[in-house]
Amino acid sequence: MRPQDSRPSVGGTRRLLCAAKGGGTDRSWLTRYGLVLALVAMSTLLFLAKPNFLTLGNLVNVLRQISINGILAVGVTYVLLAGGVDLSLGSLVALTGVVAASFAHPGEYPLIVPVGMGVLTGMACGTLNGLVVTRGGVAPFIVTLGMMTAARGLALVLSGGRPVSNLSPAFTRLGSGDWLGVPIPVLLLAAVAVCSYLLLANVRLGRYLYAVGGNEDAARAAGLRVASIKTFAYAVCGAFAGLAGVVLAARITTGQPNAGIGYELDAIAAVVMGGTSLSGGVGGVGGTVLGALLIGVINNGLDLLNVSSCYQQIVKGLIIVSAVWLDRRARRRRTA
Amino acid sequence: MAANRHTCDTSTRPYVLEVRGVAKAFAGVQALAGVGLGVYAGEVHALVGENGAGKSTLMKIVAGLEPADAGELWRQGRRVHVRHPAEARRLGMAMIHQELMPFPDLSVAENLLIGHEPAGRWTGWIDRRRLHAAAAGLLDRLGADWSPETRMGDLGVAEQQLVEIARALAHRAEVVIMDEPTAALAGREVARLFGVIGELRQQGVAVIYISHKIEEVLRLADRVTVLRDGRSLGTYPIGTVNRERLIALMVGRELGTTATQQPAREGPVALAVRGLGRAGKFDEISFQLRQGEVLGLAGLMGAGRTDLAHALAGLEPAERGEIWVQGRPVRLDHPRVALDRGIALVSEDRKRYGLVLCLPAQHNLTLANLRRCCRGAFIRPREENRVADERLGALGVRPARRLQPVQFLSGGNQQKVALAKALFTEPQILILDEPTRGIDIAAKADVYALVAELARAGKAILLISSELPELLTLSHRILVLRAGRLAAELDPRRTTQEEILQYAMPAS
Ligand SMILES: Nc1ncnc2c1ncn2[C@@H]1O[C@H](COP(=O)(O)OP(=O)(O)OP(=O)(O)O)[C@@H](O)[C@H]1O
Ligand SMILES: [Mg+2]
Repeated sequence: MRPQDSRPSVGGTRRLLCAAKGGGTDRSWLTRYGLVLALVAMSTLLFLAKPNFLTLGNLVNVLRQISINGILAVGVTYVLLAGGVDLSLGSLVALTGVVAASFAHPGEYPLIVPVGMGVLTGMACGTLNGLVVTRGGVAPFIVTLGMMTAARGLALVLSGGRPVSNLSPAFTRLGSGDWLGVPIPVLLLAAVAVCSYLLLANVRLGRYLYAVGGNEDAARAAGLRVASIKTFAYAVCGAFAGLAGVVLAARITTGQPNAGIGYELDAIAAVVMGGTSLSGGVGGVGGTVLGALLIGVINNGLDLLNVSSCYQQIVKGLIIVSAVWLDRRARRRRTA
Repeated sequence: MAANRHTCDTSTRPYVLEVRGVAKAFAGVQALAGVGLGVYAGEVHALVGENGAGKSTLMKIVAGLEPADAGELWRQGRRVHVRHPAEARRLGMAMIHQELMPFPDLSVAENLLIGHEPAGRWTGWIDRRRLHAAAAGLLDRLGADWSPETRMGDLGVAEQQLVEIARALAHRAEVVIMDEPTAALAGREVARLFGVIGELRQQGVAVIYISHKIEEVLRLADRVTVLRDGRSLGTYPIGTVNRERLIALMVGRELGTTATQQPAREGPVALAVRGLGRAGKFDEISFQLRQGEVLGLAGLMGAGRTDLAHALAGLEPAERGEIWVQGRPVRLDHPRVALDRGIALVSEDRKRYGLVLCLPAQHNLTLANLRRCCRGAFIRPREENRVADERLGALGVRPARRLQPVQFLSGGNQQKVALAKALFTEPQILILDEPTRGIDIAAKADVYALVAELARAGKAILLISSELPELLTLSHRILVLRAGRLAAELDPRRTTQEEILQYAMPAS
């Protein structure tokens, strides 16, 4: 098998991105001054306009709202770091939600079964993505685009096109319950983020992911099994999509075959805002969580300000691009 | 004599290019601290200094690739501002870069004339015939005989370097900057290049020539400017300095004599190769390499030396033939296998195979043997730091540089990291493909000493080099490769550069 390089070369951006950062060790959240600044500024503005933004209730609400996007974003961070991309997340959320819901009717199986089935389904799809990319040598954009369509179709087939409802309270608690006052989805996001942070910064496999994303040829020459490492990234991403699917199904108390449309783009936006390079090798989970938070605060603020949903989309788009732009500028200045 | 900048030359000729008080800092590193430099028309002006002295940075500023923090640029007595490479080109300046910047998927012709393709005035439609004719003319001048339609990515490093040189000539510039143009070239191409430089000088073109090869500098240059730690130590007419003086200026101390090779102790065979072949690359290669031996591999570019190295490192497996490592047959079909058998490669193409440019030096160092700094699956940061201090420190890479992405290290320091990375796998068999490419004279002496020491410690070393003096002093035996086949086995004590070249030249 020959090493396949199918990612776009964005040398300039990567050079910029590399500049401020240790690389393999995830110090992404420390170096994201631009992003932190944007977050603080946005929060202050919101607080001045709507003092109830800074109530504990609302902050917990923000966290709850970002949890699904956050979990997806952490997952896709692996793939982007390894130099790939995953567009199938939204569809995987729907598929795994439907699968989990089908096993979650009251009195049928213990909770572990629907959760496990959802996560495993996601992981299987992710692994398939990874295998086709690495063994088949097809560009990740195309492979995951195919998966996006196919998984959506499968979700519709499995559910017969209708939402899967009548779910057990134990299952729906995963979406709406809390533990010690913290919503369970937020706990799940925290667990996923912390584990990923540790893995990427401190575990050998994590370091290899950066190396493969940074320079596949050199990684192979250093004896790394590039194909397995990339496949691992897609598998983790799929598994996290499965978890997000479970949480979403639990929260809306149905397995919706039409859920999750466009989620992949929100997730990728959060990752890129967090400083992970689209061309691989640079970034980390810390930044991703910040990125997801910023998107959450924007959404929440626009809701609080009663901005109509059409305008919300325009404003959100503008803010995402300007946040990244400001951040890149700040870094360029510091390194040049 | 007190040869000082600007004072040594009594002529009142104006400079075609003058740099005054240029300063530049990168994230806390003062790369240049007030450097001045004046260049006359029709002179070859050499720029020398250790790795990281700031030579490339200074020239990048002149060529509009980096903004300066302070300082002025004067072109033919007029103050100019160069904010972009296109402005430099308009001002008649061209640069050959140390780090090649090819577009691997475009053809050689497209690479050569990128941005200047002969094209319809309004439509922008590229005229392929004229493009190829223009490119062929440029290649011809450098004696390159491949077609302008070749894909750039299919060329080796040396060939890409030639294209890079031809590209600078394409613009008929009045000032041509060459940043280590011969680092990757072998004898014949070097001679060609010198011929071209001679022509340029005749035509009144100013050539700024950066090189670590002192002999070249003494032979080629009219004047030489020495940089150390971002400062200029003065410009000297070439007649006023000699080799020792230049080295002392660059390094700031006297250098010991280069290690001469001890006779090899006859160790057991570490690597045996029989009938190795790969279509279109090399064929019927058989040899033995003993522990404690340095086996030199000579040949012109394209002779298959690097392909052979890649086969032995598992990067591109051979298709025919057998390989034994420490007496056991092996199939080297992945670099992991080769590394596990104790074979490590320092590639000539460090940007592609040697380093992950966006990772810190330290992470590159440990990449091929990360297990060594791990407990279970977990990396032990303290252990990794210690290893980096020890290994990189031994090669003279400063501690502050350990955590910087390697792409921001100077070319020579990158090479040192690549070397340290291969050594960190504790290889029994070390394949060095142009190991001293781009490293300064002090570091080169260190590498020579290192090679001798590794051999003494019983390692088997396959040394590929286009610098014949290097091969002659370091090797115990020399194999000459011609068009993918072994042409001769020579004893370095009894052979000469001329003889090696005779065997290396295609028999036509
Ligand atoms: N973009 C950058 N960011 C950070 N540091 C840099 C950058 N470019 C150069 N440097 C640093 O500036 C110093 C001068 O580098 P430069 O490449 O000019 O050295 P050089 O004299 O050309 O060395 P060599 O002989 O190895 O090519 C080095 O310490 C290098 O690490
Ligand atoms: Mg340089």
